[in-house]
Amino acid sequence: MKRDIIKIFKYEVLNILHSKWLILYALFFLLLTEGLFRLGGGVTKTSMSMMNVVIIVVPLFCIILGAMYLYNSKEFIQLLLTQPIQRSSLFWGIYFGLSIPLVISFSVGMGIPYLLHAFRSGQSISSFWPLLGNGILLTFIFVGISYLIAILFDDRIRGLAMVIGLWLFFAVIYDGLVLFLIYTFSDYPLEKPIIGFTIFNPIDLARILLLLKFDISALMSYTGAVFEQFFGSSLGIVLSFSALGLWVLIPLVLALHKFKYKDF
Amino acid sequence: MIQLSDLSKRYGKLQVLNSINLSIDSGKITAIVGPNGAGKTTILKLILDLIKANNGNIRIDEKSIGNDFKYRQNIGYMAQIARFPENLTVKKILTMIKDLREGRYETLDEELIHKFDLKSEFDKQVKNLSGGNTQKVNASIAFLFSPEYLILDEPTASLDPIASSILKDKIKKEKEAGKTIILSSHIMAEVEELADEVIFLLEGNIYYQGSTKGLIEVTGEENLERSIARMMRGVEQ
Repeated sequence: MKRDIIKIFKYEVLNILHSKWLILYALFFLLLTEGLFRLGGGVTKTSMSMMNVVIIVVPLFCIILGAMYLYNSKEFIQLLLTQPIQRSSLFWGIYFGLSIPLVISFSVGMGIPYLLHAFRSGQSISSFWPLLGNGILLTFIFVGISYLIAILFDDRIRGLAMVIGLWLFFAVIYDGLVLFLIYTFSDYPLEKPIIGFTIFNPIDLARILLLLKFDISALMSYTGAVFEQFFGSSLGIVLSFSALGLWVLIPLVLALHKFKYKDF
Repeated sequence: MIQLSDLSKRYGKLQVLNSINLSIDSGKITAIVGPNGAGKTTILKLILDLIKANNGNIRIDEKSIGNDFKYRQNIGYMAQIARFPENLTVKKILTMIKDLREGRYETLDEELIHKFDLKSEFDKQVKNLSGGNTQKVNASIAFLFSPEYLILDEPTASLDPIASSILKDKIKKEKEAGKTIILSSHIMAEVEELADEVIFLLEGNIYYQGSTKGLIEVTGEENLERSIARMMRGVEQ
């Protein structure tokens, strides 16, 4: 089984490496990060700006490219299914063949300017690592979600509408709803429920983890203090990383189950 | 021998196969015929486990296909429409399929690759191939590992007359070598030329299974096309 996964992974990577989107994705991060450094931002300023880019662009790009790629490889999947290969091997081969090139493209694109900057200025780039880590986790999460959607909806238009809708929900609407709740119940202490809400949105979770890492939670006044107390504690760290881990796993487990019994 | 018992398939509310029973003999060419939407492709895909039945079971050489993917080592499949990863070259695709089957086949049969002259297309990316050439690649892959069973869905539909004759000759040759071939087709002349057995399928039910000659005799028509046409009219009335 492992042998089949590696083989499928290899050919999928070979195929996706030809895709110009992957190069554009790397170039986007490369030019933007380098531009921010050149505009005079130091490491901290650049990382702050990149934080917002990472938590918005990585999910958007991964969920759309993932779905588009999966819809385009429907016949390819069919061809492989007619070979003596287990469905679950094919499933994992495709998942890693799609997510790992995206991880590499993102890491290289954003990493080169940081490394160059560290080399040129001798500054420490410690804030790069949490950005990289969260970006990688978001890649695995949103490729997984796109995989689930592509398996659930055979119709490409519906599937693409669905992934864009989901991204919009996590990136914009969810925060709007939480703000609405805070506004409506402003007489009550809401910090703890909000910690709960955060866990149900991977983008928010990544944002909070990064804000705390960059040590600017003071900007968020009392809420920030409560967050820092929770997410800064070892229990908070374990919980939030477990939540992100579950965000990787749950869509994949559901997708695998569907994939095993799907008609092709 | 392939046995289908009580096999049913539904897509949503649409019943595609109604509890059909079939046995397909080894060493023969069996053709599944019927109008569009009769369930021909569904049967072929069920045998390959590409789609899952709602009911019933499929046995190949007395073994239920269940969840054991290894039985596909003995099957070569040619889909009606094949699309390959468009950025890979023909050569890469063939290498990939061979690589995936490594250690799971005995001999390689590259006769079709030579006869279709696919070597000249080897370095082309799949997206630059014509429909006919893509179908030639598709056919070559089906026969590549000398499988015991060949499942061919409308094999000659998008091939030119030369390629179509090459493929038909190959099908006959494999039958002579003792292989079991199941194909679906709209072209009755082709079925008459190739098939020993015919299965006539309409709206998910089997209306005839038996020898090609037998069907012509039963209906009293001059050829297979007219026999099938008569059966279809008969069912409608």
